[in-house]
Amino acid sequence: MTTPILQARGLVKRYGRVTALAGADLDLMPGEILAVIGDNGAGKSSLIKALCGAVIPDEGEILLDGRPVSFATPVDARVAGIETVHQSLAVAPSLDIAANLFLGRERRRPGVLGSVFRMLDRTGMRAEAKKQLDALGIMTIQNPGQAVETLSGGQRQAVAVARAAAFGSRVVIMDEPTAALGVRESRAVLDLILQVRDRGLPVILISHNMPHVFEVADRVHIQRLGRRKAVVDPKTISMSDAVAIMTGAKEAPE
Amino acid sequence: MTTTAPPAGTPVGDEHTTRSPLSRLQHLLHAQATIGPAVVLLIAIVVFALLSDRFLQPNNISLILQQVAVVGTLAVGQTIIILTAGIDLSCGAVMVLTSIVMAKVAAETGLPGVPALLLGFLIGTVCGLLNGLLVTRLRLPPFIVTLGTLNVFFALNLWYSESATIRGGDMPKLLLWTGETFTVGNTRITYGSIIMVLLVAGMAFVLKNTSWGRHVYATGDDPEASRLSGIRTARVLLSVYATAGVIYALAAWILIGRIASASPQAGQTENLDSITAVVIGGTSLFGGRGAIVGSLIGALIVGVFRNGLALAGVDVLWQTFAVGVLIIAAVSIDQWIRKVKP
Amino acid sequence: MTKPRHGRSRRGTMALVAASALLIPLAACGGGSSGGSSSGSGDVLVGLVTKTDTNPFFVKMKEGAQQAAGKTGAKLQSFAGKQDGDNQSQVDAIENLIGAGAKGILITPNDSKGIVPSVDKARKAGLLVIALDTQLEPADAADATFATDNYQAGLLIGKWAKATFEKSGKPAKIALLDLSPNQVSVDVQRDQGFLEGFGVDVKDKGRIGDESDPRIVGHDVTDGAPAGGRTAMENLLQKDSGITLVYTINEPAAAGAYEALKAAGKEKDVVIVSVDGGCPGVGNVKSGIIGATSQQYPLKMAQMGVEAVAKFAKDGTKPSNTAGKAFVDTGVTLITDKPAAAVESKDSAWGLENCWG
Repeated sequence: MTTPILQARGLVKRYGRVTALAGADLDLMPGEILAVIGDNGAGKSSLIKALCGAVIPDEGEILLDGRPVSFATPVDARVAGIETVHQSLAVAPSLDIAANLFLGRERRRPGVLGSVFRMLDRTGMRAEAKKQLDALGIMTIQNPGQAVETLSGGQRQAVAVARAAAFGSRVVIMDEPTAALGVRESRAVLDLILQVRDRGLPVILISHNMPHVFEVADRVHIQRLGRRKAVVDPKTISMSDAVAIMTGAKEAPE
Repeated sequence: MTTTAPPAGTPVGDEHTTRSPLSRLQHLLHAQATIGPAVVLLIAIVVFALLSDRFLQPNNISLILQQVAVVGTLAVGQTIIILTAGIDLSCGAVMVLTSIVMAKVAAETGLPGVPALLLGFLIGTVCGLLNGLLVTRLRLPPFIVTLGTLNVFFALNLWYSESATIRGGDMPKLLLWTGETFTVGNTRITYGSIIMVLLVAGMAFVLKNTSWGRHVYATGDDPEASRLSGIRTARVLLSVYATAGVIYALAAWILIGRIASASPQAGQTENLDSITAVVIGGTSLFGGRGAIVGSLIGALIVGVFRNGLALAGVDVLWQTFAVGVLIIAAVSIDQWIRKVKP
Repeated sequence: MTKPRHGRSRRGTMALVAASALLIPLAACGGGSSGGSSSGSGDVLVGLVTKTDTNPFFVKMKEGAQQAAGKTGAKLQSFAGKQDGDNQSQVDAIENLIGAGAKGILITPNDSKGIVPSVDKARKAGLLVIALDTQLEPADAADATFATDNYQAGLLIGKWAKATFEKSGKPAKIALLDLSPNQVSVDVQRDQGFLEGFGVDVKDKGRIGDESDPRIVGHDVTDGAPAGGRTAMENLLQKDSGITLVYTINEPAAAGAYEALKAAGKEKDVVIVSVDGGCPGVGNVKSGIIGATSQQYPLKMAQMGVEAVAKFAKDGTKPSNTAGKAFVDTGVTLITDKPAAAVESKDSAWGLENCWG
């Protein structure tokens, strides 16, 4: 039996009188795309925030490779190898692509220039950025020195995905990656997600878009009322059944 | 990071459509905000050179540099603060408080030049830190914070100086050194103007080539994205305000050299002048966009206008008018640049 | 799991807020921009409202008022604008004084027109209102004005310069360093008084800059500060390096102008004249930086003002103007160590005994 790469057990999170997570579980297997779906208020975003270190759960535990971990800040999660592509993308618009790729973890020049003068290795970062974009097959961005705000929505999404794929070593979490995109650009981003998985990085994908979910996910985690209601196989269950379980109209198959 | 052979290219964006010349200009300015002010400066120099043959004399150019040295230095500190989408209304007050403390302590206790200067830098840093702490810990808008500290620092300055000017003769020579000149050919240049130029170059280098510099831009451009990327934005802000405080102390040193005294009434117009220089120089008041060199150009534009209009015999009223027009033009252009569509 | 760490940072924040709250009353005590400070005891309340409390001129005025209040047994409450031009703070101050039952108000108006409605209100409430140093517009909006005759101040230094230059035979090339582009009355009066005293046709006495005398190299503005004085002098010197006579609006501007001349190596060839008579300025006359300055008496203005209010409170008499003038002249004296024929002056030693600041 393979150990899940990432596990959550009994997570509880309360905001005043509202209970967002009421003992939520999650299992992410190596090499898979796990989609997380759920209605508004089901606790999807709280679950994801707990996993990426943005909030600290009141109760419960998170296990990475079978070992318990606790994240006080998002940086802790990053250090542990969990990269997140936020819904807002978290890119600084006036900085260029390479700068955004390395934001918060800039590379310094080798030798004295780097250690004493703390100079950035700007050419090195640009070259690496180009390499990462090429590796994911993002051909339309030719110049990693162009400002992110000059890119289209889909291109920006691609940069955020490339960043997560470049630095993620254990898990990549993507929050509504196709929500703001048109048909053609969504297509491209979904291809990117498959590529990331094919490189060996498991992906947790949160999405409202059922067709997209059913297209790329290996398993679908259905969140309801702060708990995991069911995990279903998109190849064996219909979209409408999955939605029904999500809204409570139907019971989960066991 | 592993790489695999890329499959057939994945298109993720639209191709560029052909642009009108105006749109091209908009994109160019978007990429390099300093081009606009640089062109204005060039045009101004040409026009004033035509209006008076004394304008381009090397000694006059050196004069203009001296005249903008204080504001130019203040503007460096102001620029890094404005880059974080903040603003500092207290810079002139910090400068004058620092100058008075440096000069008065040295005059009364006989403290030699170097420790007096270091005391000045200490005062500047403390004032900057106070601003920074109020902005980051109390989460008050920088406009409000520095409006308050402006009054506090100015009041402290008047109280300590007892509204009396300290004369150059009573100070150690080192404090006046920035006003001394060296000659290149026939031209006299003050050490103060050189210090300003070196400061501008140094800060420009740091902003472009260090991660601190990048974090300053990122924090101003999108603080949420910066935080999510692991940048400790509160620390960045604190360091920016403290650094600005040190720079204002440097400006105080240059001011003492220029007026050969430490006057508690100084520094009142310099508050707004430094912001004017930064705005005219193309740095956006909304943060994340701009360059130090731009602020120097902005300060030079105002200095060139003042000097050039005086040489041409134009009434002082028009100098004030010109500065007003320049500010409005600069902010309008900045707004227009921001609207660029990909 | 771990609890949220809010407690520690919140305590620190509260400590900082408490510390800042302590600073505020300290700052208010130090300068009193819209707060009041009182001294003396007694029945008669006199209000002093100055333009700012930063300029040593007004600091001295306040001192004079406090001394006079102590002597006459009046109580003084002083207010000031936050900066030059701040009319609103002065309006608020007048309202406060009316409410506090003051018998009289002494005011140096930031806006000589804008303050008139508040002054009318005070006079209707039975208070005596005296303008100090700067007249209101119209001048009779105040019960009286105690001021320096700024035109006379300019005239004296102009006449002195004329006599000095006639004696030396040097040609006069004049630079005028004024206050601001706003044609403020004190600026205009001193500038035009100087030119008339020197013998230049001033055309419109109410306007700076409309003259066409070829001896004038130009006008520039200084904000009344040394840095402004230096820049203005540099620019005019660049326009014409043959300048031999410099008029300055006040002594700090003169100090800045001197630095510019010194940097250009011209300090021995140029004569600087000024107005004010502050102690550092008279010191500059003594050391030869300033050739002559017209000394004015802010202390006297304030003292006379307090005495006038005390008298008004006692028997209702209002002060009357100096003969032939629309105000009470508090006097101006030419201070120089190089006396010129036909212009009365006192030397710098006398000036230092009677100076302010």
